[in-house]
Amino acid sequence: MRTQNRGMSVIYLLISISIVVAIVFFAAFIKAVKSGQYDDDYTPSVRMLFDDELVKASKDLGEKETGNIKTKIKTKII
Amino acid sequence: MDTDKCFHCGLDIVKQDEIIFDEKNFCCNGCKTVYEIFSINDMMSYYDFEKSPGATPSNNDQKYGFLDNEKIVEKLLDFNEGQTQIVSLQIPHIHCSSCIWILENLHRLQKNITSSQVNFHEKKVRISYNSEAISLKLIVKLLQSIGYEPYITLDNYEAKKINTDRSLTYKLGVAFFCFGNIMLLSFPEYFDVNEFWLDHYKNFFRWLIFALSLPSFFYSATDYYVIAYKSIKSRTMNIEIPIALGIIVMFVRSTVDIVFGYGQGFFDSLTGLIFFMLLGKMFQIKTYSFLSFERDYKSYFPVAVTRIMTDGTEESVPVHEINKGDRLLIRNQELIPTDGILISENGSIDYSFVTGESLPVTKKSGDKLFAGGRQSGSIIEMEVLNSVSHSYLTQLWSNAVFQKKVEQKHKTITNTISRYFTPALLLIAFAGFGFWIFISTTTAFNVFTAVLIVACPCALALTAPFTLGNVLRILGKKKFYLKNALAIEQLAKVDTLVFDKTGTITTSKKAKIVYEGTPMNDEQLLWIKNVLRASNHPLSRILYDTLQGNKRIETDLFEEIPNKGISAKIQGHKIKIGSSTFIQKANGSTLQTSVHIEIDEIYVGKYIFNNEYRDGLSELFSDLNKDYEIKVLSGDNEGEREVLEALLPRGTELIFNQKPEQKLEFIRQLQLQGKNVMMVGDGLNDAGALAQSNVGISVSENVNVFSPACDAILDATEFYKISRFLKMSKKAMLTIKISFGLSLLYNVVGLLFAVTGNLLPLVAAIIMPLSTITIISFVTVMSNLFARKLKLSDKKK
Repeated sequence: MRTQNRGMSVIYLLISISIVVAIVFFAAFIKAVKSGQYDDDYTPSVRMLFDDELVKASKDLGEKETGNIKTKIKTKII
Repeated sequence: MDTDKCFHCGLDIVKQDEIIFDEKNFCCNGCKTVYEIFSINDMMSYYDFEKSPGATPSNNDQKYGFLDNEKIVEKLLDFNEGQTQIVSLQIPHIHCSSCIWILENLHRLQKNITSSQVNFHEKKVRISYNSEAISLKLIVKLLQSIGYEPYITLDNYEAKKINTDRSLTYKLGVAFFCFGNIMLLSFPEYFDVNEFWLDHYKNFFRWLIFALSLPSFFYSATDYYVIAYKSIKSRTMNIEIPIALGIIVMFVRSTVDIVFGYGQGFFDSLTGLIFFMLLGKMFQIKTYSFLSFERDYKSYFPVAVTRIMTDGTEESVPVHEINKGDRLLIRNQELIPTDGILISENGSIDYSFVTGESLPVTKKSGDKLFAGGRQSGSIIEMEVLNSVSHSYLTQLWSNAVFQKKVEQKHKTITNTISRYFTPALLLIAFAGFGFWIFISTTTAFNVFTAVLIVACPCALALTAPFTLGNVLRILGKKKFYLKNALAIEQLAKVDTLVFDKTGTITTSKKAKIVYEGTPMNDEQLLWIKNVLRASNHPLSRILYDTLQGNKRIETDLFEEIPNKGISAKIQGHKIKIGSSTFIQKANGSTLQTSVHIEIDEIYVGKYIFNNEYRDGLSELFSDLNKDYEIKVLSGDNEGEREVLEALLPRGTELIFNQKPEQKLEFIRQLQLQGKNVMMVGDGLNDAGALAQSNVGISVSENVNVFSPACDAILDATEFYKISRFLKMSKKAMLTIKISFGLSLLYNVVGLLFAVTGNLLPLVAAIIMPLSTITIISFVTVMSNLFARKLKLSDKKK
């Protein structure tokens, strides 16, 4: 009987690992629901489409240059 | 770019008022100011997402005086510690992506705002700000100035924090986790059971599957056990009983099977069943978070009013702190919060929402005023007679009708079926057991449990949730918002319809004005119009809008005697406009509202204001008359009887001068006669009737604004579709009945397998998802088909 085992005993390990991975994802799901992520499922879809403005740049470069960058970005998008 | 419409708010531009700024056209200075604010702060992206997303800002400066009061502010905040305060404000104007963009970029308009986040469905924005640098009042004023005025009422002031209940989401997550993994692990055993390696690892797989089923069985399915237990105790036969029974039997049988090695058990079907049932539950819950069906008078009242102290100073005081004997200052369009006596010489109170009278009531000094009315006109002073909780309005709300939680007025169709289903099921199970016990004990137990497993009414129980959930969504898209799925079942059973008049079948937006008297020429009409321009009276406003003519002429002399009339001189001519008592030469009939005109001391004629009835009213009523009994109740006087009799089908009962309590009683009498009543109303004066009726529908011109407690909210623009909505509810019930038939068919097929002792886990695992998916697709397709056939989407011609 032993000879016919063919090393399939690794399946114990594989299945156990996959269960552990599944549980990790499940825990992440629970955490996400708890933090209220799914209470509003519509607004994030709209928010995603807004352009990010360069707020940081204005601090480093000063007003005029930021203005130039902003116009450049706007023209690129259009 | 359409130059006839305002760039900011999209409304039509009156050529004389047009303002051109930055090469764009605006309808008024307010819109142009908001545009300026955005342009200076480099926030022009606001206009990129949607066309004309803005609203004209209101300019009521004194409205937020109560926000100076620290105690009030404290109650309105979500969070207040150290330098940070967080507030959640409801903003009815939120309606598009531009709104989301501008409200989440508030920190660019006001640097003391740290952050803001919008919840679009609830139309709320949560603003976090530096409390040492800026106050709530300034933030509210900022929002007001850009056209996003918040809606703050007594309800927000008193609201306790509701903890969101997420347990269904958790249970669904657990159920899916277990189901998915068990399905994967079950595959090996479905197919060839004779492979050697499988034999070797069989136990590992089986016990792993067993372990995975535990969370689903002990956690996700608990609702069903609880409801089944309760319904057994109260001796009703809910559908949850056979479901819970099926689940428990499945679990026990499967455990026995793997312990004794009889087979792989039915864990896959078990967890699949639990998952689909929870999915159905979730699908049935469609909440409209920006609406509230539970509103009581608190959401109609303001948070605070202005009180005049004994030394003459004014202070803002919360509505509950008003005492008997206090003097209050009520401005134009402000609500009277308590019963009281008018001190000022004159007042013009609009009670339409409370009692249903369509036009403002004139009151003189010493007259009694009731809470809930709105002052329309100049500022008035009043003395308080009762505190808020003792006023007439609140007494109305305390009526027992509102207190009773009417949950099970009505047995759902699913529970009606289960009354027959459960006994039949048990009968078959025991019959099968009784038959096989003489042949083989193991088969007998097999058959008994198999019957209970395969007949588990998964598809049956899912029919109603999926059909009703889908119909809820369909109707919601047509602006007919129902409170829950039960409302649809109730709608289908209605046989009598009761309509309120003012605000429900009439629209407050317009009035039909008819002129009686000597015809006037254009010049005279122009004089009248220019005289009316300076008047604040609501009737003057309406008349002004109706008259033609664009030329501006200045009046030489203008005097308005509140609630009596106007006396003016224009281009040398003496004009008098007003009520019949003001113009002695007029003959007054008190039932009709009329405005009389006198030019140069000669009586010319009068304008009669008629209620404007909603478009399509006649067709709607004649359509409804075929299947339902119709009645119209009104808080107004008999003046409209003839008009209504002409508009409505013969035999429609019309009753006038109904006080709120009388409306409620009328409905109760109908119900005692065995009728199933649907009430359609709009104001606080209908609130009692709405609660008492089997289905209460609240018609609303603006769904963002208060409507009393009801089962459904209907947008006024879709009013003419009521007959189609009622037909839709009946079709929904028809779909459910057909689909019950289908699911019973599956049960019969499954039972054939079970009773002959042939129910393999594989067979069960196929039948269950197959039946579920067929039923779900069937009901979804059918309900959409019916919606299309009924032409719910048709726009008015």
